Amino acid sequence: MTEFAEIWSYLSETPLLWLAATLGAYVIGDGLSRASGRKPFVNPVLIAVAILAAVLWASDTPYATYFEGAQFVHFMLGPATVALAAPLHANLSHVRRAALPLIAALLAGSVTAILSALGIAWALGVRGETLLSLAPKSATAPVALGISEQIGGSPTLTAVLVILTGIIGAIVVTPLLNLLRVRDWRARGFAVGVAAHGIGTARAFQVNETAGAFAGIGMGLNAILTAILAPLIVGWLL
Amino acid sequence: MILHLTIILLFQLAGEVTARALALPVPGPVIGLAALVLAFLASPRLARAVQPTANGLLAHLSLLFVPAGVGVVGHLGLLGAQGGQLLLTLIGSTVLAIAAGALVFVWVLRLTGDSE
Repeated sequence: MTEFAEIWSYLSETPLLWLAATLGAYVIGDGLSRASGRKPFVNPVLIAVAILAAVLWASDTPYATYFEGAQFVHFMLGPATVALAAPLHANLSHVRRAALPLIAALLAGSVTAILSALGIAWALGVRGETLLSLAPKSATAPVALGISEQIGGSPTLTAVLVILTGIIGAIVVTPLLNLLRVRDWRARGFAVGVAAHGIGTARAFQVNETAGAFAGIGMGLNAILTAILAPLIVGWLL
Repeated sequence: MILHLTIILLFQLAGEVTARALALPVPGPVIGLAALVLAFLASPRLARAVQPTANGLLAHLSLLFVPAGVGVVGHLGLLGAQGGQLLLTLIGSTVLAIAAGALVFVWVLRLTGDSE
């Protein structure tokens, strides 16, 4: 029988192990999320990341080795960004009917997200690469990672910040907008899509179909607007 | 399906080439996304054909964030030192952005005389 150490040294050299581990960890996270009735704070990505981080730490595996396997999943972020064209196109008729409020809310939400993230973090003493990594945090992850890289942030840190932003948005949106007495489902959905991307959108779909559709539009449009605004604002402020 | 995936990849490729050739600050895939929306508007047949493959890709969008998210292992020191500040920032900024977006939406809706 081959020694475990020998099998391990083979496996740790091929992409197979960490690709399988990535999918496996996500299946566990997704299962737990479904079992909780899709509670916003039982997030499949957060669970998968925690499992994999623990496994890497326990097996003393460097991130670069892990990424050799996981890069196949990571690569799909680019095509997935392009694929956002499909829901955006399918909802264009909604966009035309409420064009003015949509454009105004998009600008307000997007600018507030970028400026307030930079402003609050600056006031709390956050500087440098960490501060830059915060700028695109409201955009959907594939876009945010690209922006972060472009403006001199850290894409891996941005990934974590983006996921946390989505979870926070999904948790606060209902109580917050009830408090502000915003009852229009289009406004509620759109705002959470702009501020909290896909995770916020998933939450909006649970609450109301119209809110979900508008959240999807908000996420798609803010992906484009943040890609344009974040480099401009960062270049202008910092 | 392979054809439609190829179309999506070609739009991404065109976006990356455009972004680099013109030194645009926008990521290549975002340019591909905008170009594909325009192509869908020009050809509803293309939209109908690519829609199922695109939605299939998006169905497991959150899985695709996992490898980048695991990169957190390289930032544990930073999160230990500045985790509180970062969390406060994310909560404050997300609350402000949702409130601004929703209030402006309702306000402009009222100005333009549309209500539902």
